[in-house]
Amino acid sequence: MSLYTRRIWTNRTGIALSMLAMAFGLAALMWILWTLFSNGFAALSWDFFTQDTPAPGSEGGGLRNAIVGSLMIIGVTTLVSTPIGILAGIYLAEFGTTSKFAATTRFVTDIMLSAPSIVVGLFVYALVVATLGGFSGWSGSLALSLIAIPVVVRTTENMLLLVPSSLREAAFAIGAPRWQVSLKVTLRAVKAGVVTGILLAIARVTGETAPLLFTALNNQFYSTDMSQPMGNLPVVIFQFAMSPYDNWVSLAWGGALLIALLVLGINVIARVLFRKKSSD
Amino acid sequence: MSAPQQTADGDAILEVRDLNFFYGDFRGLTNVSLNIAKSRVTAFIGPSGCGKSTLLRTFNRMYDLYPGQRAEGQINFHGNNLLDKKQDVNLVRAKIGMVFQKPTPFPMTIYENIAFGVRLYERLPKSEMDDRVEWALRKAAMWDEAKDKLQQSGLSLSGGQQQRLCIARTIAVKPEIVLLDEPTSALDPISTAKIEELINELKADYTIAIVTHNMQQAARISDFTAFMYLGELIEFGKTDTLFIKPRQKQTEDYITGRFG
Repeated sequence: MSLYTRRIWTNRTGIALSMLAMAFGLAALMWILWTLFSNGFAALSWDFFTQDTPAPGSEGGGLRNAIVGSLMIIGVTTLVSTPIGILAGIYLAEFGTTSKFAATTRFVTDIMLSAPSIVVGLFVYALVVATLGGFSGWSGSLALSLIAIPVVVRTTENMLLLVPSSLREAAFAIGAPRWQVSLKVTLRAVKAGVVTGILLAIARVTGETAPLLFTALNNQFYSTDMSQPMGNLPVVIFQFAMSPYDNWVSLAWGGALLIALLVLGINVIARVLFRKKSSD
Repeated sequence: MSAPQQTADGDAILEVRDLNFFYGDFRGLTNVSLNIAKSRVTAFIGPSGCGKSTLLRTFNRMYDLYPGQRAEGQINFHGNNLLDKKQDVNLVRAKIGMVFQKPTPFPMTIYENIAFGVRLYERLPKSEMDDRVEWALRKAAMWDEAKDKLQQSGLSLSGGQQQRLCIARTIAVKPEIVLLDEPTSALDPISTAKIEELINELKADYTIAIVTHNMQQAARISDFTAFMYLGELIEFGKTDTLFIKPRQKQTEDYITGRFG
């Protein structure tokens, strides 16, 4: 009986400790979210979406230029990194399973996945911004693409490797060439997983600040010219949050909330998509 | 013992000569020679690992997908050696179709499952493609079940229906030979009976080679039977003869259930 009692107490202690750990993690998260929501919602208004970032010392203002800039930069990033990432993933999973070139690509992709984003920012700064002589939205998109592509490559490859070889063989068995098998059969079989990977890559770059500091920089005015410095949410938050002006700090909270909601929304969509596919 | 070259009655569409197959260093087939008769059903039986699926997979060069697997010898098809390096494997596979153990519908609609293969080699206007899809589904005894849901996913069908869809997909490409690799081992008895009936009807237009674990099935549906053991062809002949009066002791032991 004493052994049994001891087990019960060990069990209770174990559960108590894990609950405590969970409570600690959750409390921190809730605290962050609570601060973000209470400060952020206070900043949201009609002006927030329709006015541009205010000059130092002036009242009010909004984040229209930064929101539009962020959407454009991320939009271009998605358009660039999706095809490159998917094609590279297909190559790794379907064509180059044994080749040296594929092994190298895989290795470089892994390094890129864990590369600090500030390094990527500096790289694009040195390569593009410094040589072409100016900060621009394009270079921002380039830096973010370098971060997003490895994520898409990896998820695409991993998803394709999950396709049972019987499906692949069946497609070959009716005389389909490899590229048709890859694009029309195996890629289609893992469509949801690949889309999830793309969404997670977008979510990842949405909050990236460091690469944009070196590339797109910022723009106080509304601009849709990607070859000029461009306003964007992360950099505006970075600058405004540390400013002495109350309206700037408030706008920074609003921007932070907007990014958080955007990333949350993308994650929820990705999960729903993936779950729907997995239950088929 | 090397298996004697054995010839079946009727016109041979495939002539296998001194075929050896290797998985890396392991020899999976040893000096196999036989003829597959045109418009007949040839069954391959034998215990697990005897090489019957391996043999079938040399007929459409399926092993090509895996580095480390190679075949030596000759498989003659219309005067060409299929094992020739210069042979276009995609064309081979369009002429020699294959249906697998597990149903493998493509992740697309029933209609597209069939049209996909046809489009690889023919450019048909919509109406002709519709006709071809209907023709293939009718041939595979699937039309009545599928005609109202052509735009539904092939994955929504039952296992037996999926397998008949796979057969329809294979014959839609108009092959000359259809290879069936244990096509009913994942199916229930009713679906199995339907597929067997179908094989019987298909042999008028196609040459069929089937690997099966089920000896009754081989006896029911095939004209010729090949018994394989440890990578060698032990006995090959008319199904009736092989099952009633086997010449080899090993064949007799296997079909009477003494081993395997």
